[in-house]
Amino acid sequence: MDDHDLRVDGNAAAGLLGEVFALEATAAWTTCGGCGAIGQVGALLAYCHGMGAVLRCPGCDTAVVRVANAGGRWWLDLRGARSVRFDPAP
Amino acid sequence: MSGFVSRGFRGRRRPAEGTGGRVPPGQYVEAAFPVLTAGPTPRIDLAEWRFRVAGLVAHPRAWTWEEIRALPPSTFTGDIHCVTKWTKLDTTFTGVSVDILLDAAEPLPVASHAVASSYGGYTTNLPLDDLRGGKAWVVWEFDGAPLPPEHGGPARLLVPHLYFWKSAKWVMGLRLLDHDAPGFWESLGYHNHGDPWLEERYWSD
Amino acid sequence: MAGRAVLERLTWRLARVAAARAETPRFVSLDLEVAGWPGHLPGQHLDVRLTAEDGYQAQRSYSIASAPDGERVTITVERLDDGEVSPYLAGELGAGDLLELRGPIGGYFVWEPALGGPLLLVAGGSGVVPLLAMVRHHAATGSRVPTCLLYSSRSAADVLASGELERLAAAGSGFAVTHTLTREQPPGWDGYRRRIDPAMLTEVGWPPAARPLVYVCGPTRMVEAVATALVELGHDQARVRTERFGPTGG
Repeated sequence: MDDHDLRVDGNAAAGLLGEVFALEATAAWTTCGGCGAIGQVGALLAYCHGMGAVLRCPGCDTAVVRVANAGGRWWLDLRGARSVRFDPAP
Repeated sequence: MSGFVSRGFRGRRRPAEGTGGRVPPGQYVEAAFPVLTAGPTPRIDLAEWRFRVAGLVAHPRAWTWEEIRALPPSTFTGDIHCVTKWTKLDTTFTGVSVDILLDAAEPLPVASHAVASSYGGYTTNLPLDDLRGGKAWVVWEFDGAPLPPEHGGPARLLVPHLYFWKSAKWVMGLRLLDHDAPGFWESLGYHNHGDPWLEERYWSD
Repeated sequence: MAGRAVLERLTWRLARVAAARAETPRFVSLDLEVAGWPGHLPGQHLDVRLTAEDGYQAQRSYSIASAPDGERVTITVERLDDGEVSPYLAGELGAGDLLELRGPIGGYFVWEPALGGPLLLVAGGSGVVPLLAMVRHHAATGSRVPTCLLYSSRSAADVLASGELERLAAAGSGFAVTHTLTREQPPGWDGYRRRIDPAMLTEVGWPPAARPLVYVCGPTRMVEAVATALVELGHDQARVRTERFGPTGG
């Protein structure tokens, strides 16, 4: 097994992100702070386990979104995203 | 939904009985060795691999793969504890004691903390005292075989008396500081120290 | 209204198992009744949470297999031999049992008729489950969007909903299914007998000029190989959506 087996799509973090965001997070658009690539959170490469989820740019592996539910608190780091855009719910 | 119990569900855990107090509070025994990763496995060319000790030291040092392998080896046999609640008993890791590496670099008296950093960008912070006195290693063998890449090979930090996220995989060095500097998970709600016997899992514990 | 619906779906609720049906030797479908279910889109999943007597909890995500149908939701679970949750769901649970879940979850890997097509659905093993929800919704709404399902399984015994898929394909609504059986084939099998590759995608799917919407789901390795092949064949990366299930299975 290698890391390629372990990674999944940002969609896999939808439940955890949904605990924080009122709007559907995996449909949000991010601009990668590493390479400038624009894409939806659902299309980021996700590494998820019991500590939290790290969503990385498929182009340059920059951690665009980091989220953890640590002891009942949600911690969010969006510094890897130059911007995050939520469109209104349809 | 407090109070709901799934009829007949036990989970895969092994009960802690018979382990004579080796299992810290809130942990369960796991026979496997789960792989938790925050990113892709770095591919490291051993010819380029270095381990560095820098920051508040009298002599910043770097070792090549051959040089670190030539240091007196030592082996840890014991238990490891992950903050996600699994404990694995009777693991064996072989490498070099961090004491040897720190002694060569000579920490300055003001050095109180360190940040371990890894190929791939991972970091974790520790008090210097938790890296000294036979409590930490840089290891390259697990259970008698080369440390697999998914478990941190070619070499990882091993600090088994703290939660295992402190045992940085793919370690590339220690930077000594005079203050604590939260690393990858510590800046996302996890405890700066991480003592499993005090259940120091999260920021406010 | 949208905000409230969003907050509702992240609440843990107790669902009642109406039926547990063995689909294949390893797959079990759980028909659930979920009071207050806000509805879902094909492709979405739900989170299941199991709690042991001592408070230990395990949580997993499962794709919804059924088309939207009021408060009825079906998940189809593959029992993994070394699994912690799947042997319970696909072996222990029966009609009348309660299951804690939340959902629906996920806004990225979804299809509904308004998104159009033509539609290419590529499934590896248990990855067919969310695509079945799409196929079933396509049929239930009488959609005429041309839809093609390319479905890889190890053997005929592992194929989910084979009879249903054949019936839908024969119904003349623009739905076609192509199977590939990679390990074992029944006598007289004249279909594909290898892993999905660029040649198969060219023969079975639509050409890039048709600008299909593509949904690929299955083990991570398979999904990445197929997604890469599609882009190399000239398909628009922005019209290829993936749902990796991680290491083999879900």
